[in-house]
Amino acid sequence: MVTVVSAILRRDLELGFRRWGDVASPLMFFAIVTALFPLALSPAREVLQGLGPGVLWIAALLAMLLSLNALFRQDLEDGSMEQLVVGPHPLPLIMLAKALAHWLLSGLPLVLLAPLLAVTYHLPAEGVRALCVTLLLGTPTLSLLGSVGAALTAGVRQSGGLLALLILPLCLPVLMFGSRATALAAEGEVVTGPLYLLGALLALAVTLVPATSSAAIRISLD
Amino acid sequence: MINLSNDAMLVADELTLWRGELCLFDGLSVAVEPGQALMVRGPNGAGKTTLLRVLCGLTRPEAGQVHWCGEPVETSGEQFGRALAYCGHQTGLKADLSLAGNLAFAARLAGLHGEPWRDIMAQLGLASRADLLVRHLSAGQQRRGALVRALMVPAQLWVFDEPFTNLDAAGRDWLEARLDAHLDRGGMAIIAAHHELRPRPGLRTLELAEAR
Repeated sequence: MVTVVSAILRRDLELGFRRWGDVASPLMFFAIVTALFPLALSPAREVLQGLGPGVLWIAALLAMLLSLNALFRQDLEDGSMEQLVVGPHPLPLIMLAKALAHWLLSGLPLVLLAPLLAVTYHLPAEGVRALCVTLLLGTPTLSLLGSVGAALTAGVRQSGGLLALLILPLCLPVLMFGSRATALAAEGEVVTGPLYLLGALLALAVTLVPATSSAAIRISLD
Repeated sequence: MINLSNDAMLVADELTLWRGELCLFDGLSVAVEPGQALMVRGPNGAGKTTLLRVLCGLTRPEAGQVHWCGEPVETSGEQFGRALAYCGHQTGLKADLSLAGNLAFAARLAGLHGEPWRDIMAQLGLASRADLLVRHLSAGQQRRGALVRALMVPAQLWVFDEPFTNLDAAGRDWLEARLDAHLDRGGMAIIAAHHELRPRPGLRTLELAEAR
């Protein structure tokens, strides 16, 4: 079991580093969008502090969406997905490994970049900490939920819009709890509640998503 | 309908599959036993590839079922997966990894140790290409790479879709010899090909008619 997950992680990470442009562009998007808001709206501290959590979270969500499109496309086109499906290993495990690889390449860099960008919005230390924790709990959920949509739309041409339409509604709770918790923490409130909820959503996604995305990729392969 | 014997290993029963308005096959039954090879022939678009995908469990037929050792292929996942070497239309190789990197990944998944691809690769004349990225290989070399991946695992059932395309005469002879050895050991093979296979005991041909 461990061998399958580690083999897929190793391969996908290596491919990610080989095609670093694909990995870097969602990150660039995240950085550019968050940097443009202060320029377009107002550099005033109160305005930025109010907007910060929401803007950072929305940009992170959209950056994740951007990177999801390519999650299974290549695997489907070059036939490596069907090789994995006919192989002896349980498909849900393979799908979980794919989602984990996606998070390591697209979600984790966002979490690491976020505190830097949060400075632009004058977020206090508690707010920055909450932003990192909520992103750390929320982005894996987004990777998992997104993998279902990506598996369903992998065979469809120009599936970007369809993918967004399919999974954005599912991502809304993560966005709401993530950005509200960050905002509340910035105002000095205790945010354990929303953090527990984000954790619960992640646990739910880890248990339900692999089976769902396996069924979805089978449909795409059929 | 073919007379099904009980010791047959791969049995497909009364398969029916439609693609839109086209009926690719209706009530098709196939059985392959150890030592037997089944060659699937037919004009372009007759459903050779689709039939092979159904037999591997990749495509679900509208009716009928495929059994491996008496169990439906959907539920005998691990057992069937270990017994099957599938070589489809696409090579299943990652263009941005080296050939050796691709094969190492496949070997890791199959639970093989060392570098089981070395010998086969040398026999197919790929030894000097092992460290090249797959995108820099020619179509024939990529096809050979996919064959190496399929042949390095100790699978009992080969399902190969057009394995002879892009292969030169020497490559074809080599593959035919491998097939003979595989059948002698009690292996099974299902091969879709335009190229005529050498006649051999245990070789049967399934002629698919044009889709209606």
